[in-house]
Amino acid sequence: MESKTYPIKGMHCASCVRVIERAVGKVAGVNKAHVNLATEQLTVVFNKNECTSDQIASAVEGAGYKAIVNESIEQDDQRQEKLQELENLRIKVIASLFLGGLIVWGSFPILMDFSPYPLQNFWVQLILGSIVQFWPGLDFYRAAIPAFKNRTANMDTLVAIGTTAAYLYSVAVTMVPMVFEGLGIEPMPYFDVAAVVIGLILLGRYFEAKAKLGTSEAIKKLLGLAPKTARVVRNNEEIDVPLSEVLVGDLIRVRPGEKIPVDGIIIEGQSSVDESMVTGESIPVDKNKGDMVIGATINKSGSFVFKASKIGSETMLSQIIKLVQDAQGSKAPIQRIADTISAYFVPIVIMLAIATFGIWYTFGPNPAFLFALLNSIAVLIIACPCAMGLATPTAIMVGTGRGAEKGILIKDAESLEVAHKVNTVIFDKTGTLTIGKPEVTNIVPFAENTEKDVLLIASSLEKGSEHSLADAILKKGERLSVGSLVVTSFKAISGFGIEGKINEKKYAFGNIKLMDKKEIKTAEFKDQVTELEGEGKTVMILSDEKNALGLIAVADTLKESAKEGITALLDKNIEVVMITGDNQRAAEAIAREAGIKRVLAEVLPQDKESEVRKIQNEGKIVAMVGDGINDAPALATADIGIAMGSGTDVAIEAAGITLVNKDLRSVAQAIELSRKTMRTIKINLFWAFGYNVVLIPVAMGILFPIWGILMNPILASAAMAMSSISVVGNSLLLKKVRL
Amino acid sequence: MSIDKLFVLLLSICGIILTYWFFLKNNEKEVEVSGDEIDILVEGGYKPASIVIPSRKATKINFLRNDPSSCLEEVVLGDFKIRKFLPLNQKVTVEITPEKKGEFGFSCGMGMFHGKLIVK
Repeated sequence: MESKTYPIKGMHCASCVRVIERAVGKVAGVNKAHVNLATEQLTVVFNKNECTSDQIASAVEGAGYKAIVNESIEQDDQRQEKLQELENLRIKVIASLFLGGLIVWGSFPILMDFSPYPLQNFWVQLILGSIVQFWPGLDFYRAAIPAFKNRTANMDTLVAIGTTAAYLYSVAVTMVPMVFEGLGIEPMPYFDVAAVVIGLILLGRYFEAKAKLGTSEAIKKLLGLAPKTARVVRNNEEIDVPLSEVLVGDLIRVRPGEKIPVDGIIIEGQSSVDESMVTGESIPVDKNKGDMVIGATINKSGSFVFKASKIGSETMLSQIIKLVQDAQGSKAPIQRIADTISAYFVPIVIMLAIATFGIWYTFGPNPAFLFALLNSIAVLIIACPCAMGLATPTAIMVGTGRGAEKGILIKDAESLEVAHKVNTVIFDKTGTLTIGKPEVTNIVPFAENTEKDVLLIASSLEKGSEHSLADAILKKGERLSVGSLVVTSFKAISGFGIEGKINEKKYAFGNIKLMDKKEIKTAEFKDQVTELEGEGKTVMILSDEKNALGLIAVADTLKESAKEGITALLDKNIEVVMITGDNQRAAEAIAREAGIKRVLAEVLPQDKESEVRKIQNEGKIVAMVGDGINDAPALATADIGIAMGSGTDVAIEAAGITLVNKDLRSVAQAIELSRKTMRTIKINLFWAFGYNVVLIPVAMGILFPIWGILMNPILASAAMAMSSISVVGNSLLLKKVRL
Repeated sequence: MSIDKLFVLLLSICGIILTYWFFLKNNEKEVEVSGDEIDILVEGGYKPASIVIPSRKATKINFLRNDPSSCLEEVVLGDFKIRKFLPLNQKVTVEITPEKKGEFGFSCGMGMFHGKLIVK
């Protein structure tokens, strides 16, 4: 039995609950259906083998409602709603600018000389102005009135007050001009101001909404990657089933050119797979029996059958989507200041507008009332809290999305913010800088022993070990068919090696420190060890209770991307450090090859964390790059942990950034992305704050006493519209950033 | 200074004080969650805007947006890494299990409207 919850659309009363429950209850295989009216959700307990989500959804649909089966439909709805909103906005923009334009033609000093006579009539202007004020302009009232009731104010409040003031004044001038004449004010209406301001602000909103659609494109792209069906092999028959019905353990056939539906392991056949859409890795990867395949990647050449190991929200793609969504929902510390200011911003602007009115009316030149009115309207209209609110989140959304495209997954906005300050990167050696699959390169027997003797004892001992080098020795043993002996009293000595008994005889196998510990003489072969270590090899010595029996050298090779990745970091003036449990000489040899100068060798696994701390104490901002499993404490200690993706587990707790492309060049790319995103945020914030700090005083008339400059409310609305568009536009530029 | 100017000046000062009191001295009443879920009406802000929820317990917060203003179309609970689109007239449920006690703000997508979760 399985329990699933589906959001339901179209419910309005308690009777809907019964209707849906009854309809779903009739579907064969459904054990229980329960609808919660408050949350508008349907929970169904059903037998997966007897019915499917689609059957449940169609039963709900048959009853006249809609069940949301998967997230992508929800995303589509959101997009649909936004597109509909954009269309409505477009019509309102055209209407208000057209009608506003007519009013300007009939009222602007020079233009009006060429305008048709009816347009110059104040009553005609009143009709045109009223249409704009109460149709396109209704949006502002609809938002401002509930906010006002809630004792809050926003952008719409400012526009509503500003345009209403201009409109009501104009209505009064049109209806009772003699009152104004009596006060010595020429009875001129300002319907053009109200209408054009509404038109321009809606135009700004239109472009802003359009641009904002682009900021969440990355998630949309990722959601679109998942295929809809899978070809499952059941009872020797291949049947196409919806993705939601694939079970763990199902055998799935994938033909050339098809998308791999879920994560799994190949059990038959081979192919090359394009994983670029998920991992960012551009070169197709060869896959053979036993290899892991990732859902939503594309099978290029061969045909194969794989066993599904992860489905639904467990797949790598789902995890990536969740991670990116989480990151886009998180808040960067830099945003806090903008948040605090926006909370007080609108009320302060209203207070400044009132102050402007009071000061101009009391101390301004004649006609004081008109100066006071127009300037206070300009203050209300020019203030742009939207730009401040949009500055950080839009950049974070585009930045994290751009990262995901490249296989760089950023956990949250805070990680993105920290990464740009990094000046030291520490790489773990084995499995991070190197491939992590060492191979035996030399076997040197001592005294009468043969190569086979040494390998037989060493590989027998290593059978119980989990060390990465053990695998290399076991493989070599298998290849040379040396066989194996029974080991008792096995013990792993972390950082030294292993020991155990074979035929009641004690053996030890490990580094030179282990030999010293066991008081085995090493002087005779020390030069040989030095020489091998100088070549970057790890040397392990085999001994019985008294003497050394031989040595085995193992080497791991650098990853292809290592050298380039490190050069890219050095080019950015970032110090690169390598940390390893290997001895100094072997470590230095590998470091030299990779281009790393600073090496921390012979560090026991449990000491990596304190080494990271030591470097932090030097005043460095440290990024630690590791596999995220063995070095989790070190990743967590560093200012930012960068984990190389391994398997299909994407969310590595200790890491702020996960590189699913396993490419070392991406470390520098992640830092570059962070730097560029932070630069965008800073420019956005500087622009948004600077704009308000400079232009609000100008609108208040601060330049008037010296240069006689005043801000026309129409110009103010144009500037305001431009302000938020430029912030969103600047964030969108991050999409084009070269990494 | 003529009487009307003095009058307007005094009126402006009163207006500024009134604006300050009306918008910024708005002491929102805290509402405690009873059971394991709470409904928040999204209309010109969040009602209620201050919610007391228990720590280490899953709480469902149901947002219902009745306000067409695009300002309120998204809700962001930054501390819980949640950014949700709120379709008009549709309930959107957010489930959180706060580990730490304290005050955690939430806001609209542009940070214009605010509310807070008080975890006790």
